[in-house]
Amino acid sequence: MPYNCVVLVKQVPDTKQISGKVMKDDGTVNRAALPAIFNPEDLNALELALQIKDKFGGTVTAVTMGLPTAAEVLRQSLFRGADDAVLITDRRCAASDTLATSYILSCAVKTLKYDIVLCGRQAIDGDTAQVGPQLAEKLGIPQISYVENLSDLKDNRLTVRRSIGNGHQIVRCKLPVLLTVLDTANEPRVNAAKHMMKHKKALTPIEIQQKARAELPDADEAAVAAKAQEITESLSKTHSVVKQWNLDDIKADLTWCGVSGSPTKVNRIQSVVLAAKEIRDVEPTEQGITDLIHELIQDNTIA
Amino acid sequence: MIKVNRNGEVWVFAEQHAGQMEDTPLELMGRARTLADTLKVPVGAVLLGHNIDGLAQKMIQFGADKVYLVEDAGLKDYQATSYAKVVCHLIEKFEPQIVLYGATVTGRDLAPRIASTMKAGLTADCTDLRIGEHKVTKTGELHENLLLQIRPAFGGNIIATIINYERWPQMATVREGVMVMPQPHTTRVGEVIHEKANLTPEDLPLEILEEFKTERKVNLKAANIIVAGGAGVGSRDNFKNIWNLANCLGGAVGATRAAIDLGYIDHDHQIGQTGTTVRPKLYIAAGISGAIQHQAGMDESQKIIAINTDPEAPIFCYAHYKIVGDLNMVIPMMVKAIREKI
Ligand SMILES: Cc1cc2nc3c(=O)[nH]c(=O)nc-3n(C[C@H](O)[C@H](O)[C@H](O)COP(=O)(O)OP(=O)(O)OC[C@H]3O[C@@H](n4cnc5c(N)ncnc54)[C@H](O)[C@@H]3O)c2cc1C
Repeated sequence: MPYNCVVLVKQVPDTKQISGKVMKDDGTVNRAALPAIFNPEDLNALELALQIKDKFGGTVTAVTMGLPTAAEVLRQSLFRGADDAVLITDRRCAASDTLATSYILSCAVKTLKYDIVLCGRQAIDGDTAQVGPQLAEKLGIPQISYVENLSDLKDNRLTVRRSIGNGHQIVRCKLPVLLTVLDTANEPRVNAAKHMMKHKKALTPIEIQQKARAELPDADEAAVAAKAQEITESLSKTHSVVKQWNLDDIKADLTWCGVSGSPTKVNRIQSVVLAAKEIRDVEPTEQGITDLIHELIQDNTIA
Repeated sequence: MIKVNRNGEVWVFAEQHAGQMEDTPLELMGRARTLADTLKVPVGAVLLGHNIDGLAQKMIQFGADKVYLVEDAGLKDYQATSYAKVVCHLIEKFEPQIVLYGATVTGRDLAPRIASTMKAGLTADCTDLRIGEHKVTKTGELHENLLLQIRPAFGGNIIATIINYERWPQMATVREGVMVMPQPHTTRVGEVIHEKANLTPEDLPLEILEEFKTERKVNLKAANIIVAGGAGVGSRDNFKNIWNLANCLGGAVGATRAAIDLGYIDHDHQIGQTGTTVRPKLYIAAGISGAIQHQAGMDESQKIIAINTDPEAPIFCYAHYKIVGDLNMVIPMMVKAIREKI
């Protein structure tokens, strides 16, 4: 029996690459200076969805909300085997916290067919792990977080193993359900040549527009629009037009989007400064070490 | 949605599993008490489960003025849907101004579901909570007595203070181990308020078929002395030096994420932002550069001895004793000196 999976993916700045250079003078991070990557655990969520498709058939749709450049993670999803990709991009999404983000995503996911919604457990730029459970609530479906593997899927019921920190649970649930997937769940596959060939040129409408303009730098609007139309038609043949939706397309109520939909606000940001404490130098010699140990015994630090 | 509310109580979600109270809510009780005293309101504990009335008294001993107790066979095992429904009902009925959760697997699963239903703000993984004010830059509007939700952000490279003043309750999850558990007072008295769960079958969508618990082998939180090794230890074999020193000091063994990723030691030993937070009497850091993510889990140790070949290593910015040298030489010297003295 085939299942439809929707995977939420996110493009994130690679926070592992943070060094002094990307910190601004005011202590905030210059996100633009960091490489943008596919959020690691979202790759595990995508992998799980692709495994379900490989085994049972069905579809995998990758959805992201972000800047137009976030189309890159959608292309990466298509290269790995996703059937369809949706970019939600709109200036009015800016400054959304997890509550507003989950609302916007829910408006998009509601327009899609799904049996299983998958998210990475958390994104490395916020580490909150909140969007998954909040999205499940907004869709009115159950959630299973911290999923480590799928042990069974039949008769519209799935069984998974989830981590509970100091152990595991085996949990069964009727579909539809939302899963958040851990990095230990699987080894994400790499791009497949077959899919790369097919979707090599996958583009969003914004990108198609840019491409048409680049190809006809001196032409008038009408000619560029015609060119864009031509590119769109040719890409459609291989399902390589990435869907691009704004908040109106998904009928989102603007009250719950962006700044007005985000209850959490930043009061202040401080950079972490290492204040030098008073420090004692100890020589790495028998004498130095013996004196140190003696002192620690004297002051009862060690018994 | 709850109207803006600054008179309500400060609540702690009293997470228990099979009648066993988790540590984090108990750790939270101390801070909830301070916050509530500043706001001059009572502390409430929210306790859900089945056959757990004994735990209500425990929450009172740890500082709760009121315990909202909901017992139901359907609440025996934690499920996000049922627990969220019951907690939301309590929030709507009793209108607390602040609700705190441990940032445990359960807390991080439950709190966002509740926040979504209540359309309330939620800050994940706080390391500090205070009461303070906020001035809105654009309008000059001043909000007083807000919960300042302080957390590391961006991989630990910055500390952000988050607030929410437009919608209530103010909610946060708090990292395990960062707050000091208060002493229980067996003579404290409090009120237990019994509420009904009113669950329907739809509230219980999960079947929990099996559960295995792996006893945590390492108890870093309780250790007075911790010897921690990093990538600089060089190999799993060299890590024996670390174990040796810990053994002769009666201490526990900690590690950095890098050492764990390199396979020198198990994940249970990780100290730092994504591991355990510790504050022992003595912390010996060997072959550890001192990244902020590691520092976040250990810099409240009373004494820190750092051993590193690099005199410029950041760890020396917050250590008390600086030993510039090869740990494979220095540690055996320490072991020898201790054996001779004790
Ligand atoms: C989101 C996020 C969360 C993280 N969470 C954590 C966490 O919880 N805990 C954690 O520890 N890390 C965490 N990290 C990783 C952290 O950023 C560092 O990468 C890690 O702590 C470095 O470990 P290290 O000091 O062992 O390794 P390195 O930084 O590689 O340091 C090794 C040190 O050993 C010294 N050395 C080498 N040989 C010797 C020798 N023979 N004798 C003495 N010294 C020697 C070197 O001079 C160097 O200073 C996290 C990172 C991110 C992005």
